[in-house]
Amino acid sequence: MLSRVAENLYWLGRYIERAENTARLVNVNGHLLLDLPKGTATGWQPLITITGSEETFLAQFDNFDERSVVRFLVAEPRNPGSINTSLTAARENARTMRDFIPREAWERINELVLFAREQSASGVSKRGRHAYLSHIITGSQTIAGVLAGVMNSGPGYNFLLIGRNLERADMTTRIIDVRSASLIPDEPSTLRPFETIQWMSVLKSLTAYQMYRITMQSRVRRADVLTFLLQDNDFPRSVYHCIQDAERAMGELPRNEAPLRTLGRLARLVSGVEPGKLSQAALHEHLDQLQVELGQVHESVARTYFLAQPMPAVEPASLDDSPPLLGEAEATA
Amino acid sequence: MTISWTAYDSGGAYDELIRSSGRPRPAARQLARHLRSLGDRELESLQTAAELAIKEMGITFTVYTDEGGSIDRAWPFDIVPRVIPTTEWSRIEAGLKQRVEALNLFIGDIYHEQRVVSDGVLPREVLAKSKNFRRQCVGVRPPLGVWAHICGSDLVRDLDGTVYVLEDNLRVPSGVSYMLENRLVTKRVFPELFEDNVILPVDDYPSQLFDTLAGVSPRPAEHPEVVVLTPGIYNSAYFEHSYLAQQMGCELVEGRDLVVSDDDVVYMRTIGGLARVDVIYRRIDDLFLDPEVFREDSALGVPGLMRAWTAGNVALANAPGAGVADDKVIYAFVPEIIRYYLDQDPILPNVPTYLCTDSGQREHVLKNLDKLVVKPANESGGYGMLVGPASTRRQRAEMARRIRLEPREYIAQPLIHLSTVPTVVRDHLEARHVDLRPFVLSSEKLQVTTGGLTRVALRKGSFVVNSSQGGGSKDTWVVETS
Repeated sequence: MLSRVAENLYWLGRYIERAENTARLVNVNGHLLLDLPKGTATGWQPLITITGSEETFLAQFDNFDERSVVRFLVAEPRNPGSINTSLTAARENARTMRDFIPREAWERINELVLFAREQSASGVSKRGRHAYLSHIITGSQTIAGVLAGVMNSGPGYNFLLIGRNLERADMTTRIIDVRSASLIPDEPSTLRPFETIQWMSVLKSLTAYQMYRITMQSRVRRADVLTFLLQDNDFPRSVYHCIQDAERAMGELPRNEAPLRTLGRLARLVSGVEPGKLSQAALHEHLDQLQVELGQVHESVARTYFLAQPMPAVEPASLDDSPPLLGEAEATA
Repeated sequence: MTISWTAYDSGGAYDELIRSSGRPRPAARQLARHLRSLGDRELESLQTAAELAIKEMGITFTVYTDEGGSIDRAWPFDIVPRVIPTTEWSRIEAGLKQRVEALNLFIGDIYHEQRVVSDGVLPREVLAKSKNFRRQCVGVRPPLGVWAHICGSDLVRDLDGTVYVLEDNLRVPSGVSYMLENRLVTKRVFPELFEDNVILPVDDYPSQLFDTLAGVSPRPAEHPEVVVLTPGIYNSAYFEHSYLAQQMGCELVEGRDLVVSDDDVVYMRTIGGLARVDVIYRRIDDLFLDPEVFREDSALGVPGLMRAWTAGNVALANAPGAGVADDKVIYAFVPEIIRYYLDQDPILPNVPTYLCTDSGQREHVLKNLDKLVVKPANESGGYGMLVGPASTRRQRAEMARRIRLEPREYIAQPLIHLSTVPTVVRDHLEARHVDLRPFVLSSEKLQVTTGGLTRVALRKGSFVVNSSQGGGSKDTWVVETS
């Protein structure tokens, strides 16, 4: 498989996942704010923080009111992480590999991009938002489903899975980080009714509430929520689960030593702590570390497989029989 | 409204389906009857269904916009096919094979002995001023002596029914994917006609193309690695590049995917490392192929590609320099070229062509600018043309000035009154002008597509069939008549 195609598939996976995550994030925040009493509400700013886009946002908007934030996250073309930009980027990626992506999947991607673009006014409006975001989420799920159902397994699909899972893990750590920071102090402080609601919303922005109930069989508590979201074996959006999925996909790729090693380091980092016992500051540091490591995994994948990989010096004599492997230097470094 | 063929008016043009009496031509009889049997709104709804199918199938072409971006447009298509009887087609097919065989011999000769020049068939100054002559190709012997592996020749039919070759495209002719997709759409629209008629299939083209390409691999013993080289998704023919790669089961590569090693072998960058490439079906113009040799600023090409090709380590299709025979001045000599190399009379005539290098012919052109079509010798896609009857006095004066200044750069031809095919206009049919682009494949053997791509000028009375200028296309049926 061509390096360029692998790279495109990886980003296709990431962009679709990003659009879906952003849609979930906006949706849940809207619901949360309705539940919280005025004054305690953290408002819309956390969403900008979660997506790490304060600078871009403030270059265009003066304050973090609902309308600006939602517009920024749904439709803003200058926000590289907005639903519209992510989906457009996904489509452009898909377009360069029409020969690789099943036609059905291409048509669904196309349809979703057109929908996102044409209906974005209603997506920004209070009334139309829920339906719009739900459509984005279902649309992304449909694409994932079609790809799973009709695309050949093999390196191409594996790159897609790696992209999707790294993006998902990244979003999960961001949501925990920002949400927990803006939440109420460490347990066990006096239980406030709204704290539960807020931890529930953390779960809900990751569609984790129902699965949390099934797995943890306990009420919503900080320690359990953190353990569930970071370390659960079975929940598909937990960081640990994402890493495992990425690892499985990577295991089938050639020359995977270096990326597997970085991924292994990340897995140990995730499972090596009891997140419930971390203070807020320590938790933040831990999550920071996880994000750095996720970045390292991306770097390692890019260096090994993608186009920008440096050309190794080739010995002409060895060219005829066995082509030299690109990125070998990194793999053994 | 129900179609009445007697009321159908081709405006004096030769109509491909309906004779001037209003009676269908024999090969189109069943089609004409079927069209006439359609109810009031059926024609319109069939056309709509076809357009929807095209949208769903994602058949697109790219239009460049003023803002520097590009848009993917649905491919404009008309459901009424053009019909050619097998008897006529076999003559055209033979004519095209003859032509391409001679052109390949000609190109090979041009880059070696140039006997055609020393024997006085082609004037030396014509060659000396050819823009598509590549000195880098002199002395190179591509496998099987084939330079133009894929040739798209444009055919037109004049008022009296004569089919002429209007031009030969030997660089990177496009359109064949639309020929294939048009057939798929038409089968959905008129399934019953495919049951009742013997319509020759077109869908073996991708495998023929693959065989043609594999046949020139420099390592015949190995399973050849064939790739399609595209300038990228912003090229107007990207859909086709991707489509053909997919249909042939080949990698679709961009310049940045390829690398030439110091020992002049081409590799592609894959996730498993470098993999050797044997044959490149390149859809990039010569001048962008290799920044080491041609345009230094080309980001589309591959540094070292010409080294690898000259060394015989990779086959390029079409070969660099094949465009030398694309030149419209050289076109005028093709009948002579056929006689010279094959010792045969040309089966398909050229459109009569006046060379502005010849003083007598030039005077004729200058006197008749209002009646002739003047074309630049080395442009394609209709750029820089003067259509005499539709031109202003000022445009003619400007053209006359240019012709006197650079006579080698222009040729002139009489305006061909293109033939027509009934075409859907809302709820009825009107005559619209068409041309035909068949594709000829050359390697171990010569093969011609069955029919080709029929392009249609969708604007009433227009002769411009280019998709970027209001042109569309039709399916082309080669039909067995009993």
